Amino acid sequence: MSALTYEDVISKYEPVLGLEVHVELNTHSKMFCGCSTIFGAEPNTQTCPVCLALPGALPVVNEKAIESTILIGLALNCSIAPFSRFARKNYFYPDMPKNFQISQYDEPICVNGYVDVEIETDEGPQSFRIEIERVHMEEDTGKSLHVGGSTGRIHGADYSLLDYNRAGIPLVEIVTKIVPGTGKYAPEVAKAYVAELRDILRALGVSDVKMEQGSLRCDANVSLRLIGSEVLGTRSETKNVNSLRSVERAIRGEMIRHAERLNNGEKVVQETRHFQEDTGLTRSGRSKEQAEDYRYFPEPDLVPVAPDAQWIEKLRAGLPERPSLRRKRLQEQWSVPDKEMAAMINADVLNIVEETVLLGADPTKARSWWLGEISRLANEKEVAITALAITAKDVAEIVSLVAQGELTDKLARQVVEGVIAGEGTPAQVISTRGIKVVNDDGALMAAIEKVCSEQSETADKVRNGHLPAAGALIGAVMKETKGQADAARVRELLLGHLGQA
Amino acid sequence: MIKNSAAEMSAALSSGATTSVALTQAHLDRISEVDGKVHAFLYVDTQGALEQAKKIDDARARGEKLGPLAGVPLALKDVLVQKDVPTTCGSKILEGWRPPYDSTVVANLKNAGVVILGKTNMDEFAMGSSTENSAYGPTHNPWDLTRIPGGSGGGSSAALAAFEAPLAIGTDTGGSIRQPAAVTGTVGVKPTYGGVSRYGLVAFSSSLDQAGPCARTVLDTAFLHEVIAGHDPKDSTSINAPVPQVVAAAKSGDVKGMKIGVVKELNGEGYQAGVRQRFEESLELLAQAGAEIVEVSAPNFEYALAAYYLIAPSECSSNLARFDAMRYGLRVGDTDGASAESVMNMTREVGFGREVKRRILLGTYALSSGYYDAYYGSAQKVRTLITQDFNKAFEKCDVMVSPTSPTTAFKIGEKADDPLAMYLNDIATIPVNMAGIGGMSLPSGVAPEDGLPVGFQIMSPVMQDQRMYSVGAALEAALLSKWGAPLLSQAPALGGAA
Repeated sequence: MSALTYEDVISKYEPVLGLEVHVELNTHSKMFCGCSTIFGAEPNTQTCPVCLALPGALPVVNEKAIESTILIGLALNCSIAPFSRFARKNYFYPDMPKNFQISQYDEPICVNGYVDVEIETDEGPQSFRIEIERVHMEEDTGKSLHVGGSTGRIHGADYSLLDYNRAGIPLVEIVTKIVPGTGKYAPEVAKAYVAELRDILRALGVSDVKMEQGSLRCDANVSLRLIGSEVLGTRSETKNVNSLRSVERAIRGEMIRHAERLNNGEKVVQETRHFQEDTGLTRSGRSKEQAEDYRYFPEPDLVPVAPDAQWIEKLRAGLPERPSLRRKRLQEQWSVPDKEMAAMINADVLNIVEETVLLGADPTKARSWWLGEISRLANEKEVAITALAITAKDVAEIVSLVAQGELTDKLARQVVEGVIAGEGTPAQVISTRGIKVVNDDGALMAAIEKVCSEQSETADKVRNGHLPAAGALIGAVMKETKGQADAARVRELLLGHLGQA
Repeated sequence: MIKNSAAEMSAALSSGATTSVALTQAHLDRISEVDGKVHAFLYVDTQGALEQAKKIDDARARGEKLGPLAGVPLALKDVLVQKDVPTTCGSKILEGWRPPYDSTVVANLKNAGVVILGKTNMDEFAMGSSTENSAYGPTHNPWDLTRIPGGSGGGSSAALAAFEAPLAIGTDTGGSIRQPAAVTGTVGVKPTYGGVSRYGLVAFSSSLDQAGPCARTVLDTAFLHEVIAGHDPKDSTSINAPVPQVVAAAKSGDVKGMKIGVVKELNGEGYQAGVRQRFEESLELLAQAGAEIVEVSAPNFEYALAAYYLIAPSECSSNLARFDAMRYGLRVGDTDGASAESVMNMTREVGFGREVKRRILLGTYALSSGYYDAYYGSAQKVRTLITQDFNKAFEKCDVMVSPTSPTTAFKIGEKADDPLAMYLNDIATIPVNMAGIGGMSLPSGVAPEDGLPVGFQIMSPVMQDQRMYSVGAALEAALLSKWGAPLLSQAPALGGAA
């Protein structure tokens, strides 16, 4: 079988997408109990009768999770239902303590929204509208670790370990309507959509949106139809695609796989598939030909969610600026070239640069500190830039000291290093390290006189008008003053001293 | 001493005539003496009960202010969790499980200083009307040990009738407090749904389950009601409103000017002659006490039983899914190479009894795709109609009344193989659960044809529970003056062959 190229696929077929994104909210407590949600704790230490589904335990809705979900719905231009209900989704699995998941079914909290995403096409930037069908709340399951066996799956495992710390973490599921009309850009549009969602969720502050930790997970539904056809093809659902790049790869891979089957006269099987990071291919999971019957019914342990209209309006009024618009605004305000802007976004320093600028720093200087020296130190320490012990306020202060001539660029780097090393605020670092621009002319003159007498031959050359020789003397003076002098001032005073001013 | 009411025991404790330890020991002795025949208890917490009794005696000695039921013993239905005390729900699947937490009802009892003697027998997961569905063997009716004590809370009602405890907690999903009360000659109340927290009540049918007080007098029941009721943030369906003043109502027992609605549809065909006779007599007594008797109609009650047997099994099929051998309780078939799925299957096969399996199957079917609308959906519509019937009727009366159960206690084994006949026991009690209102059963005498107790049911609107206590107390007083002694004094002393 000759491998199809992507170009072969798109010349014949139109892809239709459907994306389901699961977001773990960053509430302090779980969806239906008071247990902590902190990631990475010892297994089964963040559990209680409710999230372990002990007999008799009852769920109580986390109000903060409802607020977060409404915020997401509003940010995605959805209508917020005045009355929505939780439902039980019944199926047996060892990592689901109740053997049903509390979710929402036919009465979700947010419906009918959209997100516009922009991608670079052959004809320049183009915007695509992704329509949102629903945003609903549910709870996460526990985690299974299947030990032994070759597949890492429950079948064939020697035994399985269960960790219920994740059971009951609030999840929001964002489901698109079908997305036709993206043609060959389908993989890029999907990636841009997930990236835009990530940015929106981050701006809302409702989730950590860390795809690698699973706090943002994407399931991609892909089907193909012959170009011009109105009939939808059979779809596959690729689960747990855990990076933006993988979203693109998974969809591209599925498009090729579907096309190969269709070209060979085979049927696409409606099934769940698992994305494999190493190969970029998907592997068959359980078949969905016999659709599972989840026996949904309204959750009798919870009362319906009926958010107050005034509250919704208050939340709407407090929505943050849409990330894509904000990026455009900041780029204009700061006159940042496209490439630099992209670098800031990639390095994830946009927020902190803005914060620094709002504290009075010059945008170019603020950007260059965060993107340059501080990023370099973060890379060196292999930590996130926000994990460093330096704040926007510190950087703004340092920028201001340089502007006032209180620090040279070189000294400023020492201060930055000191702040990051935990030596305190810039002022504290300057004082304990004794960093100071020597601008006391008396002290400088003493050093100049000392250097000129030590290096009298060089001094004479300068006296005789050979100005390039001054460089060596200035260097010596700077050394004498431990680099704390302003080199320009030293030059000025030196030349005056030697009668060359 | 053990034949006194809880109110009398409380007075004796307050006056120093007795101690809680002595009172508790007397009940423990009574349990040792008779429970071999009655089998009301699944677990007797001798040590825990005596420790709590001692604590209360010490507190009283220190002059601490104590509630009216402090130091009085109680029997707890085994469907409510109590920390470190085995809770089985009458099922093999929970054998040996000791809960790590207290239900809110138990926490309230402990705070009130009530002494919990142990856990009482019940139909498995509260599914049944005779306590024959307990995996640990049936409970026997103290009036006639060959007969059932009602169900599902037969252990609690039998414990009261056999003087093993003056107070008990039951739970009522379709009549499991009221029908056992009726057939044992005791008092039982299902409060308004949401009046008592369900946190720690092992769910059978979440939208119908309600824990409630059981005792031998209306006033004792009221005292216990006020101890366990109240808003609980751990139960979302718990009502955030003041507890109805049921003790005051039970004390005054005033029915002058009250309108009592007799439900046309809950009397007549299918009701035993003696049951109807006692019901009519009680109506006369209430009329003599100053109440006005009116007839009300509830045309949709005839669908209540059918709708109930769709809603309750549907919810139970989901509620009981958690019993999967993974985290607690029984585990069967966990041999080398066995899959989680096969362990779940085998455990549920062995751990659940026939009636529980029957209802899980019924409910699973009713919720299945393609059947949901016809079964679960229609049943919910019937539920709305029943609520509307009650609302309309309560425009014409303050409380509604009926016989609690169509018959007196039947023989153990008599209906065990006929689930439909068994389900009919609850025909008069189920509508109350469907509408979420309050219901009480109190003794109205014995049926002349078999000498067995008959129950009188009083139904009151949502959060108007005090009304049924007023009527109950008035009727109880009238009957007492007619009989000259409490009905239970007519009970044979644990006669009949067990």
